[in-house]
Amino acid sequence: MGVFYSFLATVAIVLCVSIGVLGLGWISLFTIVIPYAAAGLFIVGLIYRVLKWGSSPVPFHIPTTSGQQRSLPWIKPNNIDSPYTQGGVLARIALEVLCFRSLFWNERVELKRAYELLFKRNLYLWFGGLAFHWALLIILIRHLRFFTEPVPSFVLLIQGLDGIVQSIAPALFISNLFILGGLLYLFVRRVIYPQMRYISLPSDYLALFILLSVVFSGLLMRFFFKADLVKVKGWVMGMLSFNPVPLEGMTLLFYIHLFFISFLIAYFPFSKMIHMAGIFLSPTRNLSNHSRHQRHINPWDKPVKVHTYEEYEDEFREVMKEVHLPIEKE
Amino acid sequence: MKMAEDRASQEERYRIDYTPPKRSWMEPNVQFRKGTYCYPASLKHQKYLELPNQREWQPTEEDWKLPKNWKEIILEGMKDRLGRYRSFKLFLDICVRCGACADKCHSFIGSGDPKNMPVLRAELLRSVYRRYFTLTGRIFGRLAGARELTEDVLKEWFYYFYQCTECRRCSVFCPYGIDTCEITMMARELLNLVGCNINWIVEPASNCYRTGNHLGVAPHAFKTTMDFAADEVKEITGIEIEIPINRKGAEVLFIAPSADYFASPHWYTFLGYLILFHEIGLDYTWSTYASEGGNFGLFHSMELAKRLNAKMYAEAKRLKVKWILGGECGHMWRVIHQYMDTLNGPADFLGEPVSPITGTHFENARSTKMVHIGEFTADLVKNNKLKLDPSRNDHWKVTFHDSCNTARSMGLIEEPRYILHQVCNHFYEMPENTIKERTFCCGSGSGLGSDENIETRLRGGLPRANAVKYVKEQFGVNLVTCICAIDRATLPPLFEYWVPGMEVSGLHELVGNAIVMKGESERKTDLRGKILNSLTPPSIPTGRGEGEGEGHDHV
Repeated sequence: MGVFYSFLATVAIVLCVSIGVLGLGWISLFTIVIPYAAAGLFIVGLIYRVLKWGSSPVPFHIPTTSGQQRSLPWIKPNNIDSPYTQGGVLARIALEVLCFRSLFWNERVELKRAYELLFKRNLYLWFGGLAFHWALLIILIRHLRFFTEPVPSFVLLIQGLDGIVQSIAPALFISNLFILGGLLYLFVRRVIYPQMRYISLPSDYLALFILLSVVFSGLLMRFFFKADLVKVKGWVMGMLSFNPVPLEGMTLLFYIHLFFISFLIAYFPFSKMIHMAGIFLSPTRNLSNHSRHQRHINPWDKPVKVHTYEEYEDEFREVMKEVHLPIEKE
Repeated sequence: MKMAEDRASQEERYRIDYTPPKRSWMEPNVQFRKGTYCYPASLKHQKYLELPNQREWQPTEEDWKLPKNWKEIILEGMKDRLGRYRSFKLFLDICVRCGACADKCHSFIGSGDPKNMPVLRAELLRSVYRRYFTLTGRIFGRLAGARELTEDVLKEWFYYFYQCTECRRCSVFCPYGIDTCEITMMARELLNLVGCNINWIVEPASNCYRTGNHLGVAPHAFKTTMDFAADEVKEITGIEIEIPINRKGAEVLFIAPSADYFASPHWYTFLGYLILFHEIGLDYTWSTYASEGGNFGLFHSMELAKRLNAKMYAEAKRLKVKWILGGECGHMWRVIHQYMDTLNGPADFLGEPVSPITGTHFENARSTKMVHIGEFTADLVKNNKLKLDPSRNDHWKVTFHDSCNTARSMGLIEEPRYILHQVCNHFYEMPENTIKERTFCCGSGSGLGSDENIETRLRGGLPRANAVKYVKEQFGVNLVTCICAIDRATLPPLFEYWVPGMEVSGLHELVGNAIVMKGESERKTDLRGKILNSLTPPSIPTGRGEGEGEGHDHV
């Protein structure tokens, strides 16, 4: 059901753009108004979400410890999985963000026989996720060449490295393969595993379809329906300097590509994709395991009703006396 | 549990089927079947703790006697908690439903019920959050994964949030560290706002509030128990020991989970503590007012956790001790390690904990001023302050079960292992997927160790039992040692069902067996009263079954 609705939405988007561009000729809408609005929503939405999270305090010190604490000097502590320094916390988050460390430990449990479990290391999700995310980052960096003049050397370097296979496969970037493979894997697993199908929401499929549409339209332009990149860059620079000029005369594919990107970034802060920012604020990962060493303050702490020793002794004084337990009041 | 019941029919009953139902999870559908849920709190204890919406009710009945404005109360409560807990808000927002957590949860592995997957357990709450607190949920409703809060949804919450044991195993594997324990804690707080809680949590909490301990042991009974224990130690070791209670000016206040001095097999661990403290001449005291290490308030609400936990510092202050030593208990250490200083600190009236025997500064506890007995004893052993005869544990082939809380909320992993290596000769680890930070819950944590939900417990405990069965078959292990009082109470029936013949002990039972006390008479029995010489270690079984050759992957 979720797949169906999301697919329908994706097709509807393609139709809308086609009608808008070919039928109505709303080039300014698609190349100026919508991109600006999307960028605005992205920036404002992202800031809003992060500030909203930030406005709720972290009342308790709740890191998940996945390694040995620092206790006695002769026991080797694990400063990454049970960090006790800020450096350790940074390393933990960096490994999580850059290498998907937690997913790296992923394992699958099966019933070997009735009531007999079998644990198997499972790296597919880790690899599929990592391939997609890294490829996306590299593609974004490559696209920086449209946004910068002169193009910074690191962009060119990454583009060169990404295209290292081009001597045997012209025009192909490694990231093309990885992003496509990664996204298709992430989609297929949602469909073929019964549990994944059961938990998946329409919005899970929608995010994948939008990303896949961006990638597909981009690849088609790269290999078959080439866009005039000089013209594109001129348009981008105009947008960036707030002297926008509508980008006329491109193939329909380009306008579709652009609209999917606009949709993606506008939707980003209001979807699960906001995990990109959220992971940095996750209190089970970004706190150090030193809560007995240093006091953590709860800003909304308030006094509670307690049962005092005096009340306790008042109730039990006689029996305490009987067994000669020391008491405060005779 | 009726053991006589026909095994085959039980196996059929506990069949595990991982096929999800046809019906979407968004339609609430809960049946309160006998054996799967816990009884609600008795009126007496609801009253004693002054809990909201006090009444007699039953989950199986149609009418839960909720307050008229229950929906408003829940949504207000949610809003309030979203503003007070970043974890709550963030974990509701950033889940991508990748499913990595699904088969990490013992509840799901043992039941196959998809709503026991951490991701879906959280979605039960998240769907309501989306409907009332997010723009997309308000506009797109079900398409955006949002659903109305109805009585059926609330009933579903009660069912599933009292099947999560707050063990945090999912949060180890989640790429964003989403901790279902946090979600469950919030859900239980919300349920409590309209008076939906369980007796196995509320009664111990109420007892603890009044008498100082979960079991409701009054001070004179406490004293009698201590005297009885002293007699038993004398019988076994020939040594007269003193057990100080409520003694002002002692250097150390010792607090253990109350089950240790009232239940079995906890009792032998308790004897172990007493032998250890006598042998090193520790200047310490027990307290009757703070006679509970555990904190069932934690499984109810943070407010109740604070109300119960307050006794520890209050008693330390009254008795003018220098620092506090804590016994073997899992969730007790979650509270002490991650909450106590925040809840009831600062403990500036106490000093930095220093071992009076070795002079070691427990710098890691310099603010909270409370040391885990595992840290304390490991330090003693390392500094050769104890004369140990590990051969007195030769009748045991030992494995160690990490408690969820000490492993995943504290990182106390190597200390108990170091001690075990010194006090016994035969120690075997369970497969690495099931120990340390990846340890599996006993299936009965977070206040779910009751009798009436035995099916849920046996199912949830399956992964742990399976790993134990593996080391039993591979190495002939016959004792599971743990540092958690709930484990000591709930693992025996679990193993009776899945791994018959397996015994359970605390760490300090083995320490107590091994300590050679000054002037002791020859030990004829271990702390359980079993004659020592007649006990020989079991040999490794020859038939290893089909698991052979698959190494540690096979549990």
